[in-house]
Amino acid sequence: MLVETIGLTKHFALGRGRTVHAVDDVSLAIDEREVVGLVGESGSGKSTFGRALVGLHSKTAGEVRFAGESLPANYAAADFRRHAANMQMIFQDPYSSLNPRMTVGEIIGEGLRLDGGHTRAQIRNAVADWLARVGLEPGHASRYPHEFSGGQRQRVGIARALILKPRFVVCDEPISALDVSVQAQIVRLLGELKASLGLTLLFIAHDLSMVRYVSDRMAVMYLGSLIEIGSADDVYFRPKHPYTQILIGSNPEPNPRTERHRKALAVAGEAPSPVNIGVGCRFASRCPEVMDVCRRVTPPLLPLPEGGTRRVACHLYTAPAAVSEST
Amino acid sequence: MSALPKTEPVLDVRDLHVEFTTYGGIVKAVRGASFSVDAGKTLAIVGESGCGKSVSVQSIMGLIPMPPGRITRGTALLHGTDIVRGKIVDGDDVRGNRIGMVFQDPMSSLNPTMKVGDQIAETLEVHRGYSRAKARARAVELLAQVHIPEAEERATQYPFSFSGGMLQRAMIAMAIACEPSVLIADEPTTALDVTIQAEILDLLAELQRKNGMAIVLITHDLAVVARMADEVAVMYAGEIVERGTALEVFDQPAHPYTLGLRGALPSRSTERAGLNPIEGSPPDLFAPPTGCGYFARCAHAMRVCEQHRPEQLAVAAGHTARCWLHAPDAPRTHPAIQHRVRG
Repeated sequence: MLVETIGLTKHFALGRGRTVHAVDDVSLAIDEREVVGLVGESGSGKSTFGRALVGLHSKTAGEVRFAGESLPANYAAADFRRHAANMQMIFQDPYSSLNPRMTVGEIIGEGLRLDGGHTRAQIRNAVADWLARVGLEPGHASRYPHEFSGGQRQRVGIARALILKPRFVVCDEPISALDVSVQAQIVRLLGELKASLGLTLLFIAHDLSMVRYVSDRMAVMYLGSLIEIGSADDVYFRPKHPYTQILIGSNPEPNPRTERHRKALAVAGEAPSPVNIGVGCRFASRCPEVMDVCRRVTPPLLPLPEGGTRRVACHLYTAPAAVSEST
Repeated sequence: MSALPKTEPVLDVRDLHVEFTTYGGIVKAVRGASFSVDAGKTLAIVGESGCGKSVSVQSIMGLIPMPPGRITRGTALLHGTDIVRGKIVDGDDVRGNRIGMVFQDPMSSLNPTMKVGDQIAETLEVHRGYSRAKARARAVELLAQVHIPEAEERATQYPFSFSGGMLQRAMIAMAIACEPSVLIADEPTTALDVTIQAEILDLLAELQRKNGMAIVLITHDLAVVARMADEVAVMYAGEIVERGTALEVFDQPAHPYTLGLRGALPSRSTERAGLNPIEGSPPDLFAPPTGCGYFARCAHAMRVCEQHRPEQLAVAAGHTARCWLHAPDAPRTHPAIQHRVRG
């Protein structure tokens, strides 16, 4: 196991006693060289989770462990310098995540510069090397981000994140802002770099079919909670949690024959507000299979009764003993 | 399919050319696009950013500031009347009346300082001369028609109280207020989550069944196309490179770009076939290539493609591709032509 969160929680205070439960008690362990895909709709807390994991958000509660070491709840500048070499992030929007006043060479080389102990010539060579590795040209180092297309900027963002040779990278919707043909270019590049560098990835996205394609395991978040996790194919083809079933059932396929006969999977209403969430299953208000117990008891993330590696937070799959015990 | 009597298309766009004057020179954003849509049918115009799909429809709707933009050639016939040359686009006859439009980002398309019901009512006051009270009553009916619960109360709220999906429903209510014969939906679900996307697409299909309007759906998402379209037009570098029924275009893609788009998507089957990205990037439309716009990225490019712009060549009945591979004297054994995906 390389990275582990134990009960990671991030709340944002809105004042007047109101609290946004962005991430609530999420425990997730990621093995070395594993790719975990994290899916969920907007507001599910998947990006907040990724940011809290690498220290960009302070933690309200819970713990993040990296290679056995517990990371601080609040990062000081020195913590960033120490941990940045191990954990990096690739951001969603290649337009706003690159400083428009810095050249591409400065952006990519900044990590090494802050890391210290590298001469300017070494940094320049490393930047040229990384430009080539991500499919750009060494001459691009002196250009500014606005001179590049979205796909090229995302390549810059990848080089920037990987130049310190991190072991773990959080990819926060790295392809959502890109065109279809460019998405495939970036996914292939990430796959090649993952293989050659032995990276461990948390791949956050809302494109379910792409997440299945890149991930070993797939985790589903709803309203700040982790509700299902298992092998990517299990979760994609045999979803268990009613929300996962609806989420995957809503995902259209590029095939008119299946799409035309797809029956609408109605889900009542939209996700409720994540402010001041009470007890019970967070999906209870919209769940087509809601039971009494769902409104009273928060379902824990448990393995299925038949065993296996999949875990689901749903009373439908809880062993009867556990239900009767709690009622 | 071809035996059916040919109906007159509701909207028929022919050889549309749109240019923009910029500091960097003239951008030839649309270079001869032709498409049409019949009553009760959905045409999907699919392509990537910068291919000219939005500019095509915005120009015929009069939504592009001229200058810097201008339509240099082409016609757009709405029920047989040219709305480009006829200058009636500027008036109230077409825009918002006979053609309704739904935009990508409902948050920024609605006026934040005006109640949602009043914004819908305004359309009816302007185009139909309804009184304020009558228009407001109709606005509530329209909100109910797009399945907004508690429509009466919702009509008196401002856009910020609506979620993204609800706002898009309100936009659709506004677009259909005057019972247009064509609804143009420009990336209507791109800003929405998948579960909300499914609801909005179902709503559009339901409204079309009820009132028989033609829909022009502009999207980059092939899955949305598969779900909604009767006909598909694939756009690349300002041109429509392939046209046909949805089944034809998905089952037997005839243009290498369409094939490339399919290959760039992860397969939904249980085995994991590799992704095949299209290498390179689209051509510079300041100086568009003289030959095929896809030449530089095409795996099947021939010498003729570099210098000569391909014609719209027939592939099957009602299915054409702007690609020399479909010329009568093209090499018969070409893999792109032989490629047949059976769904």
